Amino acid sequence: MEVNEHEAILRPLEHTGRKFYVLIAFLLAVIGWGIFAYFRQLRLGLGVTGMNRPVFWGVYITNFVFFIGLSHAGTLVSAILRILGAEWRRPFTRLAEAVTVFSLPFGAGSILIDLGRIDRIGQVLLHARFESPILWDVTAVSTYLISSVIFFYLALIPDVALLRDRYAHAPGWRRRLYEVLAVGWTGTAAQNRRLEGIMGWFAIYLSLLVVTVHTVVSWIFGMTIVPGWHTAIIGPYFLVGAIFSGVAAVGVVAAVLRRVLGLQRYITPRHFNYLGQFLAALAIAWFYFTFAEVLTTVYGSEPAHLAVFFAKFREEFSWAFFAMFFFCFLLPLPILAWKRTRTIFGVTLAGLSINLGMWLERYTVIVPSLSRPRLPYEWGTYSPTWIEWSITAACFAGFFLLYTLFAKLFPVVSIWELHEEAPEPSGVREPAGAEAPSP
Amino acid sequence: MARWAMVIDLDKCIGCQSCTAACRAENNVPFAGPEQSELGRAAFWNEVLFEIRGEYPHVEARIIPRPCFHCENPPCVKVCPVGATYQREDGLVLQRYERCIGCRYCTVACPYGVRYFQWFEAEWPEGMDRYQNPDVPLRPKGIVDKCTFCVHRLDEGLPIPACNQACPTGARYFGDLDDPTSEVSELARGPRAMQLLEHLGTDPHCFYLEEGA
Repeated sequence: MEVNEHEAILRPLEHTGRKFYVLIAFLLAVIGWGIFAYFRQLRLGLGVTGMNRPVFWGVYITNFVFFIGLSHAGTLVSAILRILGAEWRRPFTRLAEAVTVFSLPFGAGSILIDLGRIDRIGQVLLHARFESPILWDVTAVSTYLISSVIFFYLALIPDVALLRDRYAHAPGWRRRLYEVLAVGWTGTAAQNRRLEGIMGWFAIYLSLLVVTVHTVVSWIFGMTIVPGWHTAIIGPYFLVGAIFSGVAAVGVVAAVLRRVLGLQRYITPRHFNYLGQFLAALAIAWFYFTFAEVLTTVYGSEPAHLAVFFAKFREEFSWAFFAMFFFCFLLPLPILAWKRTRTIFGVTLAGLSINLGMWLERYTVIVPSLSRPRLPYEWGTYSPTWIEWSITAACFAGFFLLYTLFAKLFPVVSIWELHEEAPEPSGVREPAGAEAPSP
Repeated sequence: MARWAMVIDLDKCIGCQSCTAACRAENNVPFAGPEQSELGRAAFWNEVLFEIRGEYPHVEARIIPRPCFHCENPPCVKVCPVGATYQREDGLVLQRYERCIGCRYCTVACPYGVRYFQWFEAEWPEGMDRYQNPDVPLRPKGIVDKCTFCVHRLDEGLPIPACNQACPTGARYFGDLDDPTSEVSELARGPRAMQLLEHLGTDPHCFYLEEGA
């Protein structure tokens, strides 16, 4: 593979502007504030949050489901599209996998933040009860985290070897980092064959894991008899939502990196066109699940279930419910369905909207159900406090920080995987005519 | 082995909340204070609920004292990740305070809302801490607790929970459900007996005797 050809990808590794440090400082400040809020919660108790009886779970559990959902980006774009042989995935694979690897810690971390007694976390190992869906989750999420980190790393090896050779005179720690991570890769035919073979099997394994992980996440809710949660549809509904928000996040991240790191040559309007079509299909699938769920609840009209529905539809959570519908469906679908708006800007806007909508979706699944328990004299409501918002902001800032640091040390586009795809000759003469015809 | 159960006669209950007060004193249930109560964080291991039904002028109030129901099929025990919540052979559903990690899955899973979370470190008003019951452990912050049917009394051979003892009208009965001649087993099989949310299949070990019979 020709390295000089891909100078643009490596440029951010060599030149660091002032904006980079400003961004890092800002993210660290947000994280610092979040840590302060968490220590306050740790010292005083979970009473500093807005949670109460009966709404025992709130924003933290919402974040947990949201980040795990976001993490489906990488695996989906990278593993599933790899199996399907979709060539257009190539420039996206690494940046999508990075979304997975960097969002998962905050998904798992949100559960820990929510615990009343984090100091007793060892009890989960000592007295693990596998009848509890929480244990299913611990198993699924940790398997997913380890597997996707390995997958991510495997695909990184040839590029790290390239960096090792290129930056032989870099500062010591950086040289050593590349050296260790490259595990003696020299790019021989045998090595390439072995890597391709492992990646192929890993892609199949990870695709199955995607289905398992988010279904199991939903089962934390679905296995209880709480009105609004105890449905069989919750598993597939969560899965579709997770893929929806994950793919949307890939669109946003790709657009930002393209702009900031100058990757116009690699990530082109054609790629966004495909991503947009994929997202439009997912929006329709999401609507189908939402509609099926709502109709079943309303038509059946069981009082306990109806109470939850009305809490979302016309009582205190209606703002979240309708905002969710607007951001997940009404706003993005027209943008994505219409070829003229399925541009880079269009996909970015739709992607942001979908992610906001999906966070609200998680919120409206979790909170209204808890606020309307079966015994009507136990009803309550919930509004998060600044502690919860600060910690939430810190989780997002942490995700961005890890991502930024990664983009500084490693190429966000997989160089070695690019050489198999025909390079985009039209890279510079966009946007006019650069868009591929819709299939 | 006994299978402990409670029967509450709703015709006899006058809603005086003596049971709540007695329970608080017996089990060291901390005070939440007016501000926290407003937020829905007051703890009552035995709460007297008031259900208002119908519309004016045909309004009806129903008073329902509610301890933990110690279900035969407890949804809370099923979901606990560490076995902090468990069911004893005598049917009691209890909590290991030293093991609970505070995930609140049980509080979410319980359809009756009888489980309480320690939002803050428990505080007692000036001087009140002198009256804490030494037989019942204090609960630290960050964990879940709930009514135990006064297990400390049962295990010492005193089969009468504090709420029953305090009831001025004798509306509450307690005993062994497996003993066919016991008062609770006879009442629980009687025509007025019912359980809350019976259709969920949790089979509470707390029966109510319907009003107006």
